[in-house]
Amino acid sequence: MARISRAEVERVALLARLSLSEEETDRLAREFETFLGYVDTLQEIDTAGVVPTAHPISLPTPTRPDQPAEPMDAESAVANAPEAAASAFLVPKVIDTEAEG
Amino acid sequence: MPWGFGVSGADDAFEVVIGLEVHAHLRTKSKLFSPAPILYGAAPNHSVHPVCLALPGVLPVLNEYAVELAIRASLAMNCDVHQRSIFARKNYFYPDLPKGYQISQYEEPLATGGWVDIPIEGTGGTAHKKRIRLTRIHMEEDAGKSIHDDAIAGSDSTLVDLNRAGVPLIEIVSEPDLRSAEEASAYLRAVRSILRFTDVSDADMEKGHLRCDVNVSLRPRGSDEYGTRTELKNLNSFRFIEDAVSAEIARQTQTLREGGKVRQCTLNFDPQSGRTSVMRIKEDADDYRYFPDPDLIPLLLAPEQIERVRSELPELAERRTERFQSECGLSEYDAIQLTASPAIANFFEAAAKQHGAPKVVANWILRDVMQALNALEWAIDDSPLSPDALARLIRMVDEGKTTVKSARGLITELVESGGDPEALIAARGLAAVSDAGIIERAVSEVLAENFENVALFHSGEEKVLNFLMGQVMRKTQGKADPARVREMLARALRK
Amino acid sequence: MSDGIGTLHELRAALDARKTSSVEIVGRCLRRAEASHESLHAFVGLRATAALREAEAADARRGRGEVRSPIDGLPVAIKDNMVQAGEPTHCASRILEGFVSPYTATAVEGLERSGAIVIGRTNMDEFAMGSSTEHSVEGPTRNPWNADRTPGGSSGGSAAAVAARIVPAALGSDTGGSIRQPASFCGVVGIKPTYGRVSRWGLVAFASSLDQIGAFARTAADCAWLLEAIAGHDVRDSTSIPEPAPAYSGALRGDLAGLRLGLPKEYFAAAGADAGVLSAVRDAVAELERAGAKTVEVSLPHARYAIATYYAIANAEASSNLARFDGVRYGHRAAGAKGLTEMYCRTRSEGFGAEVKRRILLGTYFLSAGYYDAYYRKAQQVRTLVRGDFERAFGVCDALVTPTAPETAFRLGEKTSDPLTMYLSDIYTVSANLAGIPALSTPCGFVDGLPVGLQILGPALDEATPLRIADAFQRITDHHQACPGGSA
Repeated sequence: MARISRAEVERVALLARLSLSEEETDRLAREFETFLGYVDTLQEIDTAGVVPTAHPISLPTPTRPDQPAEPMDAESAVANAPEAAASAFLVPKVIDTEAEG
Repeated sequence: MPWGFGVSGADDAFEVVIGLEVHAHLRTKSKLFSPAPILYGAAPNHSVHPVCLALPGVLPVLNEYAVELAIRASLAMNCDVHQRSIFARKNYFYPDLPKGYQISQYEEPLATGGWVDIPIEGTGGTAHKKRIRLTRIHMEEDAGKSIHDDAIAGSDSTLVDLNRAGVPLIEIVSEPDLRSAEEASAYLRAVRSILRFTDVSDADMEKGHLRCDVNVSLRPRGSDEYGTRTELKNLNSFRFIEDAVSAEIARQTQTLREGGKVRQCTLNFDPQSGRTSVMRIKEDADDYRYFPDPDLIPLLLAPEQIERVRSELPELAERRTERFQSECGLSEYDAIQLTASPAIANFFEAAAKQHGAPKVVANWILRDVMQALNALEWAIDDSPLSPDALARLIRMVDEGKTTVKSARGLITELVESGGDPEALIAARGLAAVSDAGIIERAVSEVLAENFENVALFHSGEEKVLNFLMGQVMRKTQGKADPARVREMLARALRK
Repeated sequence: MSDGIGTLHELRAALDARKTSSVEIVGRCLRRAEASHESLHAFVGLRATAALREAEAADARRGRGEVRSPIDGLPVAIKDNMVQAGEPTHCASRILEGFVSPYTATAVEGLERSGAIVIGRTNMDEFAMGSSTEHSVEGPTRNPWNADRTPGGSSGGSAAAVAARIVPAALGSDTGGSIRQPASFCGVVGIKPTYGRVSRWGLVAFASSLDQIGAFARTAADCAWLLEAIAGHDVRDSTSIPEPAPAYSGALRGDLAGLRLGLPKEYFAAAGADAGVLSAVRDAVAELERAGAKTVEVSLPHARYAIATYYAIANAEASSNLARFDGVRYGHRAAGAKGLTEMYCRTRSEGFGAEVKRRILLGTYFLSAGYYDAYYRKAQQVRTLVRGDFERAFGVCDALVTPTAPETAFRLGEKTSDPLTMYLSDIYTVSANLAGIPALSTPCGFVDGLPVGLQILGPALDEATPLRIADAFQRITDHHQACPGGSA
């Protein structure tokens, strides 16, 4: 019995801003199934009282002093931009009918 | 008002429940996780760094002064500051969020609990404090700015400026303890004052240093359960907050009275129409997939650090209120009013110290100065009026150098533009006439010109005295000290 | 084969003896890289002009007696996921097409400061997600030992470039074995240091709590030189160990007397690996014992959960790290999209390959509401148990020794249709990333002409012991000197 539905894959795809073809969605639903079955083996382990690893090695909290650095040259900041207007990034507007996720 | 439910929309059947989420910029020179400088008013992307742009390979490093300010704010609002807190990623897509996630705090915030007291006017001129509890205060970074203006960006596009991306914020979340739009406004004023007074934030709403989201719900009076709440976003003035909340209360009341259900959604407020409109329906909670940021180490604070910040805090409101009553002899009502804003409290203390009679100074501040400030929608810090100038003005009245009326008339100007009271009194010709000779001459003239009324007075009509006084005041263009006029007129009439 | 580049140590000696120059060495490397491009495809780009200029400068420094480090003037390659100012960085992905970085990764700055010369960028699996260097938008790299076989991944290009004697050394990155497994498949040494030992500033993030930059070379001694150049505290990386880089070369004493080597029984189970691989590794262990090391059997009971744990954590972190690739500020943007959401979805769908998309989706799922506790949080708890296993094991030994991979290099195309099978190639390597401990692979034999790697793991902060063991092993064996026929 398929545990991961197409709808579920589509929901996750929207969260991740990926558009999938029908074929891809079906394939992924199957792959999720296999994969989750594998990861589900972790449920066998008793982890009561085990603290999740925050970091593999323990470190004191690093901070930096409040000293501003020279900002980047604005031209460099947008040099890699697919579209820019003066020194701002340009993107398509959000359309009202688009879904939010 | 078009919706016709009265000032706060209070309706006998329903109780209003309001909570506020306030975001305040911290007064640091550089960003929370990036060393880029914070420059207000810079051209787009002129104060950014690879970290702000979320270039491939960049990493965050925490600004130690931002932590200090956040601790200070949390202690000033009576929170428990936790020795361990975690930065978490809040994941969503938006062009002004360059990493595709915001670094915030989720399950283990910097501070929880806490409260802010606000003054509530009771009946018959009494006042009491209402305690608004806080849920939490946590640190997070701000997003950049999206400019949707068709004229600038074109009708199909949005411009993105990342100067603001990464600026440090604290988010202050209140419990839903507020019960009216006025309370919400008073709470926000109190929070703003605390933030300014502790130098944590400039908290200037117009500059966007202070932003407020309001959650509003209604429930049947007497009920324990909460109704469905809606969220009002992007309210950037006190007036808008009050109006938006009132409008939303009205909207929800109407819906419920018609037997409908309030849907959980996010709303915008249009100040022109005075109406709220739905921006987004939230059918399910947003799935932000919070998880601890693996690029950052948990924030561990030494108890000594927290205590040091606590010891460096300026005197907090409650103790000050008590002190104003015991040391200055103020009534509880007046004391609460004066300490609702730490800036006002400071102003009052400085002026009272200079003048010497705290109760008199308190009256002038609470009655006249506050009225002028409220009309301008200013906080006392926005005004160029100095405590020294106010003290000197009051002293001029005490010494009879000007009348109470003249001085009160000057307050608005002093609040708005500052200035030297003595110079203004002279320039406006408001110096009181107390020269005995001038008054005597005026009295003689009036008595001579009002023969019939003098006779009336002598035949027992004491009320005529007021008329004659009025005439003398007219002759001196209102500048004579009324008390002296009365005294001299009475003496002259007895002759 | 005489045209093949020597080791860093050999080249240093030749430079010091004035038998050659930096310009000559760098020139040879560049020619070999170009000549092998069709057949091997180890490189995705070369920076010939800049490299030769730097070589001239290095020769001038040497002439003035101002040698900055043992690797001053020597050529290296870097994996295409480490940024260098003014250079393109693509991570073998279409989504970064056109991206030129304005800044340089700390590790690469370390190389620059040492005087080493980056001659080019090597091929990899897209965003370091893979074990075969087949998931590259540029096409696969081939194994220098057998052109039908993969070099391993994701740092396959770096491993192949070193194995084929194009460069003496290269940097790679290791999140679940991406340095060690290709080192094993290509018959070279590859080391992943302790998590936090080398700064991640400028390394395009895959899984933040697992990624580390490390090195490839043909000898342990060469790796020591590289690590000395790139390791150490960096204030720009909050997960950086606040200590300077140890002087690793000094640890290579050549002897193994008194060293205790732990053999985790779960890694030697017959069902887990090719018989030939296990046999080669056991032979290597015997050599080490003959050289004076003692062995002891240990157990890492959570070993069999390592892959599941790793993938839950790695994919979750990756799904978040790759959200910045959205077509807004750099890289590919889909043309003609109507509206923002369409732009995002089409850009990312066009820009990412199938494997990356798969992992992003899985990772998003693991973090999503309702699943976070069961998957991500659970995995981080199991991770604590895995770390505990290692701490206990290191209580009775100085280092652990295992096979690096359960197999030798597999065929191109053999595993691409079954992702789970591909993931299992990392079965012996992922635990070291989960625990954050240092680990290296050194060549220890051949099966049917294909190299076998011996993995040596050390306790946290101790790269020196695994390097010392590998170095000693290399003094008594010559597997690391074997040269692939197809790389002349």
